[in-house]
Amino acid sequence: MMRVAACALMAAMGVPVAPISAQAAPPPRSGYTDASPATRAMQDDDSVNPAFLWVQQGETLWSTARDGGTSCAGCHGAPASMQGVAARYPAFDAARGRPVTLAQRIELCRTEHQGEERLDQDSETLLSLTALLGLQSRGMPVSVQQDGPMQPFHDEGARLYATQFGQLNLSCHQCHDELAGQTLAGSLIPQGHANGYPLYRLEWQSLGSLYRRIRNCLTGVRATPFAPDAPELIAIEIYLAGRGRGLVVETPAVRP
Amino acid sequence: MVRVLINVPKKAHRGEVIEIKVLISHPMESGQRRNEMGQPIPRDIIHSFRCTYNNQVVLEAELFPAVAANPFLSFFAVAEDTGTIVFAFTDDHGTEQVERAAIVIE
Amino acid sequence: MKRRGFLIVAGSLVPAIWAPARATPAEVAQAIKSVIGSTVPKPGRLKLDVPVLVENGNAVALSASIDALPGEVRAIHVFAEGNPLPRIGSFRFGPATGRPRIATRIRLATSQTVIAIAEMTDGTCYSDSVDLLVTLAACLE
Ligand code: HEC
Ligand code: HEC
Repeated sequence: MMRVAACALMAAMGVPVAPISAQAAPPPRSGYTDASPATRAMQDDDSVNPAFLWVQQGETLWSTARDGGTSCAGCHGAPASMQGVAARYPAFDAARGRPVTLAQRIELCRTEHQGEERLDQDSETLLSLTALLGLQSRGMPVSVQQDGPMQPFHDEGARLYATQFGQLNLSCHQCHDELAGQTLAGSLIPQGHANGYPLYRLEWQSLGSLYRRIRNCLTGVRATPFAPDAPELIAIEIYLAGRGRGLVVETPAVRP
Repeated sequence: MVRVLINVPKKAHRGEVIEIKVLISHPMESGQRRNEMGQPIPRDIIHSFRCTYNNQVVLEAELFPAVAANPFLSFFAVAEDTGTIVFAFTDDHGTEQVERAAIVIE
Repeated sequence: MKRRGFLIVAGSLVPAIWAPARATPAEVAQAIKSVIGSTVPKPGRLKLDVPVLVENGNAVALSASIDALPGEVRAIHVFAEGNPLPRIGSFRFGPATGRPRIATRIRLATSQTVIAIAEMTDGTCYSDSVDLLVTLAACLE
């Protein structure tokens, strides 16, 4: 019944506080591989994957213009023109001097080119559009730049990934590297890769963003989650993409 | 109107058994949950679903709160004639939604 | 879609789809009786497929099919004996049914037995059941 408490407790008991090991990391293992056959089957077949309800909505939004304005399609053509784009986001925006996420890039087009209101990361509109664009890169290797102007953000992400958070004083690294493959309150701890987002999480009964997922992990260790658009989250997202090098985009994935 | 994804083959041979898959975007609020204030959240589910093929019943389903959010249904029809497969479902507000898919017999 | 809420019970944070209640055996028997009457289902012919190890009870893939011609089967009914409300769904077939098989996704409150009953047009019933273990997701919001 007290699932949050159980999670917290088991984590507190089970975690050996080990320093980050210097040895080479094993090849990345997608959360798909760790999911049950039933969950994998849901991701494998687009006609049973509920995330496609959002993709369908994304297609509608993509081609709909508001009050005589221009639709996404009006400027960009078919969604297929976005092939490979999601695989390299977050990407460095030279004009702004910082990386922007895919959702932020879409927001820039919505607000600057379409005169629309700003939306929440986990709004149905942004989830639907990011799912549609993510799908255009499905099967392509994650290729988020880590060097050059992205280096400081990658480094900040790496630092945050190793930082211990919350009352349980646990880092992402401790759970997702040291304890990956073990179980926590009955569920397997995956390596914590970001290659399937936005994804349909059975627990949410909905599509959700990577930031919602990270928020869940932070709540799990009794930490105050970052603000929805915090630069820390973007840094972590960049670092996670580099850490998962070799994985392909699975958007829209399914996870327990 | 809620979003619906229907998977039906566009073409089939006469007498062929075809699989029909339906996904409906709906929370299927069970009526068993409470909100942050401890008040019960009213039940809001799709409680009946009906699929017909040229007016002949393929499946009639009575659904309860134990059907997962964003309900998924898969079942089989026998393809007899070119025509329309109709999907109708009703929620707790009494709202009926109807969707259609065309099928051609070659 | 609404964000998943928390249920505050006795000061603890309990994320819950279901109230912790579970139907009593009498309620389960009553639910089955209300659907098929006093017919005693026989084993065999009907095959219920549900994973025995469930990763998350919010969406569990279920399929049920019976070794019979579509015209021989009136309906397939599914029950969850460990849910607060035992009935899951009733699926009735018609003249355009191609195969007496259905698949859906269900919610399971806890580890329990799921029961399927096929009602034949001649009035006989067949049943199959699966005992399964539901693990819970860790680290919710
Ligand atoms: C107490 C251990 C713990 C900590 C600390 C933790 N996580 Fe997690 N994380 C989990 C578990 C367990 C899951 C699997 C989901 C589930 O069933 O709850 C998960 C899932 C994830 C996923 C989803 C992977 C997928 O395949 O979709 C990501 C991404 C993730 N975590 C990132 C992070 C980040 C970033 C941090 C640090 C800010 C972090 N986690 C901290 C336990 C932890
Ligand atoms: C008025 C034209 C216009 C409209 C409408 C528009 N965009 Fe854009 N979009 C652009 C331009 C121009 C760029 C190049 C970057 C820039 O200057 O902002 C761009 C860039 C992008 C990119 C980044 C592509 C890359 O290769 O990095 C994405 C993703 C994107 N748009 C998505 C959308 C979506 C989704 C919509 C609808 C919600 C939309 N755009 C509507 C003009 C438009």
